[in-house]
Amino acid sequence: METTVKKYTYKDFANDQEVRWCPGCDDYVILRSVQKALPETGVKKEDVVFISGIGCSSRFPYYMGTYGMHGIHGRAPAIASGVKLANPDLSVWVITGDGDSMAIGGNHFIHVLRRNIDLNIILFNNEIYGLTKGQFSPTSLVGQKTKSSPYGNTQPPFQPGELAIGAQARFFARIGGNAPKEMTDIFIEAQKFKGTSLVEVLQNCVIFNDGCYVKYTDKNVREDQQLFVEHGKPMLFGKNKDKGLVLNGLKLETVTIGENGIKEEDILIHDAKTEDPTMHQMLVRLEHPLVTGIIRSFQDVTLEEREDALTAQIKAKSEFRKTNDLFFSGETYQVN
Amino acid sequence: MITLEKNPNTETLDAVVIRFVGDSGDGMQLTGTQFSDTSAMFGNDVATFPNYPSEIRAPQGSLYGVSGFQVHIGSVEVSTPGDNLDLLVAMNPAGLKTNLYAVKPGNTIIIDSDSFTKKNLEKAQYETNPLEDGSLENYRVVQVPMTSLTKEALKDVEGLDNKSITRSKNMFALGMVYWLYDRNPEHTIEFFQKKFKTKPHLIEANTKVLNAGFFYAETIELIPNSYSISPAKMQGGTYRIIMGNTATAWGFLAAAEKSGRELFLGSYPITPATDILHELVKHKHFGVKAFQAEDEIAGISSAIGASFAGDLAITTTSGPGLALKGEALGLAVMIELPLVVVNVQRGGPSTGLPTKTEQSDLMQAMYGRNGESPVIVIAASTPANCFNFAYQASKLALEHMTPVVLLTDGYIANGSAPWKIKSLEEMPEIKNNLVQEVKENWHPYDRDEATLARNWAIPGTPGLEHRVGGLEKDRITGDVSHVPENHEIMTHTRAEKVKRVQNYIPEIEPEFAQEGDLLVIGWGGTYGSLHSAVKQIVEEEGYKNIGFAHFNYINPLPKNTGELLSRFKKILVCELNNGQFVNVLRMNFEEQKFLQFNKIQGLPFANSELIEKFKQIAK
Repeated sequence: METTVKKYTYKDFANDQEVRWCPGCDDYVILRSVQKALPETGVKKEDVVFISGIGCSSRFPYYMGTYGMHGIHGRAPAIASGVKLANPDLSVWVITGDGDSMAIGGNHFIHVLRRNIDLNIILFNNEIYGLTKGQFSPTSLVGQKTKSSPYGNTQPPFQPGELAIGAQARFFARIGGNAPKEMTDIFIEAQKFKGTSLVEVLQNCVIFNDGCYVKYTDKNVREDQQLFVEHGKPMLFGKNKDKGLVLNGLKLETVTIGENGIKEEDILIHDAKTEDPTMHQMLVRLEHPLVTGIIRSFQDVTLEEREDALTAQIKAKSEFRKTNDLFFSGETYQVN
Repeated sequence: MITLEKNPNTETLDAVVIRFVGDSGDGMQLTGTQFSDTSAMFGNDVATFPNYPSEIRAPQGSLYGVSGFQVHIGSVEVSTPGDNLDLLVAMNPAGLKTNLYAVKPGNTIIIDSDSFTKKNLEKAQYETNPLEDGSLENYRVVQVPMTSLTKEALKDVEGLDNKSITRSKNMFALGMVYWLYDRNPEHTIEFFQKKFKTKPHLIEANTKVLNAGFFYAETIELIPNSYSISPAKMQGGTYRIIMGNTATAWGFLAAAEKSGRELFLGSYPITPATDILHELVKHKHFGVKAFQAEDEIAGISSAIGASFAGDLAITTTSGPGLALKGEALGLAVMIELPLVVVNVQRGGPSTGLPTKTEQSDLMQAMYGRNGESPVIVIAASTPANCFNFAYQASKLALEHMTPVVLLTDGYIANGSAPWKIKSLEEMPEIKNNLVQEVKENWHPYDRDEATLARNWAIPGTPGLEHRVGGLEKDRITGDVSHVPENHEIMTHTRAEKVKRVQNYIPEIEPEFAQEGDLLVIGWGGTYGSLHSAVKQIVEEEGYKNIGFAHFNYINPLPKNTGELLSRFKKILVCELNNGQFVNVLRMNFEEQKFLQFNKIQGLPFANSELIEKFKQIAK
């Protein structure tokens, strides 16, 4: 996969289908970011497969110039697992939404992360059901008024990162839907990462949940409200990069460099690669600032690697090469 | 080594039905398997059926903790595990109580009298001891203190604890039955030598007990006479005893090797289908990818993914699992990928009777999906031909680019019978619809003119990148289409593709009368019971005008079905459900009148009830 003859551009990963998302939808940004990321990963176009479930986001494979399957609601991780186990040389991507992955497909979502198959999952989180026209989803906020919660939602939401890391996700990143450059970089890293990588995109739904992330993603507040983490670097944010995170007991606390004797070396350094998920869980739960970037990237053994090793070991020991060897083995007898 | 002294009183019989029953921990499955293997090697035809509780470790001695194994051996063709017992071996009171109904008066019961203690009698809910109260006087009861005889036989063997000693009493019983039926225990002794390779004291102990049972039966005049069953007339060749579920698994192994596709199984454990998963996970040496998924839906979904990527993909389940797989099966219909779904049927609805057999998922297999969603439906009919139909299901799926539902049931899946081993060279060729080169104006839904199968371009093939999905597709380009006429054409095309499979499957050939008064129809796992009942009534009771047609191909039906039906005055459709196949026939042949015989007790048909029904209708 690493030896690419041809240098692709994003156009190689597009096709002639008319894209039918609502004008202004962040899905366009995600589509273009993926198409721009793929030429940078070195994978061959014919080795790329996009598998989706159901929902607005899940139309995604139809707009790609690669192999793809628009599956059924919630099952994309299971279908994709089959694709990858059948042919581990493929680069397999799962496209899902908050309803698709957190509600109807919740079971597959946690198990695919637990197994750590080398898939890339992009979770389009818009905190609403779009395709069915505006019901609350498992990530909608308490009190949120939707078509199915006209007096306000009473069901507390999942935090996807918290659920994912709880389910042993080895790679988790979060990014705003209006940050194409960072998003592209994260997709490249997700593809390079061996194991299941989950990228949550905070995706604005212009029709049913417009502005749901504006307090974090608006260009005017973004730098003060988002902490974009990078492995090995201090967790600093703010227009002047003078705010940062420190540990106070078992809690993260925001401090300002220069105030109360805080110096830059007091700020926590982000370690995405550590196995221990404790700090990663604290980061995904933080609301002020909201943490974006690659929060966790712990390199672990993949399911395919385990399976391959086992298969090689068994093949080496087994006396069976062909089915005939098996069928005629053991207790057989002759009838004349 | 035992030298066989021919019993002077030996009586020759055609066939014998024996059931070994005891507590779950008494080793009845092993005893039964040893007896049937030995008989098969002797050349008998054999059919077996295990019967064990659905509780994993039921309380010792309880009525619901009884485990049984039934063996039918014959010098003639044997097609079922049998109805009435010639011999019952009961290792405890609970086993006697729950199985006495199956023993015909006058037949033999061998009992471990040591186990008829006050406590065990209470557990079996006997108010008085049946060995003393005269309730068994119509049977030939052989009381043997097996537990104490076993202890006595092992008193000089060192290194055995009390538990291992008591546990081996099943071998005492087996030794007795070997003598009774003129069998050589040598095969079982070899089995001990293999099984206990590193524990020589266990080889010694088990061999001693087996021989003790054999000699006991020979020397003590408790057993009035012995029986011998001559070898059956079977086609020459190499045989092995195989269970239906194993045969199913092996059919897929063979199909994968023959087709050159790797085998992928996506599955979730469910009774009575799990043994197929157990079998296939063993065969990583053949490159089998057996994936135990998080649920039934993920089982089939992962298989669909593997099929998209070019594997021979299968999923295995039982009734409730098929219900969960329905939506995904519809996706496979829509995207027209090869897929085999095995449904080992059990009693339903809902959780129903998980360990009992039934044929009540036929309608679910045919129609259990949203939309117009035709699939090929085929059914295996004996433990051994599960191999052929698993192979055939794979062949049809790959050649016709469609999902296939393969129906078996708990009865044939857990039953075992001799299988004349098929080498791969004997199996028919399996083609596929793979495309590997870019052709001008290529589309993923381009079809084979004869079969209507679409072509199969798998990821990794340069230039053939395309998208499939659950949305309706344009019939030419394969792009999403909501055009009304296109949907109608695609609906007809998918139906026609399945219908045309008729051109590739064998015609149905009736057994016995080719025309006449009554045609008995069955399908799937009831073959053995129906065949032997029709055979009996035709050959022994003189009803020469009865024919028997057993269907393995349900959708589509064999081409000549209508013509066959028209050759008989009356048609009787026998099923272990409330009448499902009969309705498939009614829909297709509305000019015919169909009579039904249905049984819904979680049990196979009994010979006597079939004969009675046939006579009633044929007169």
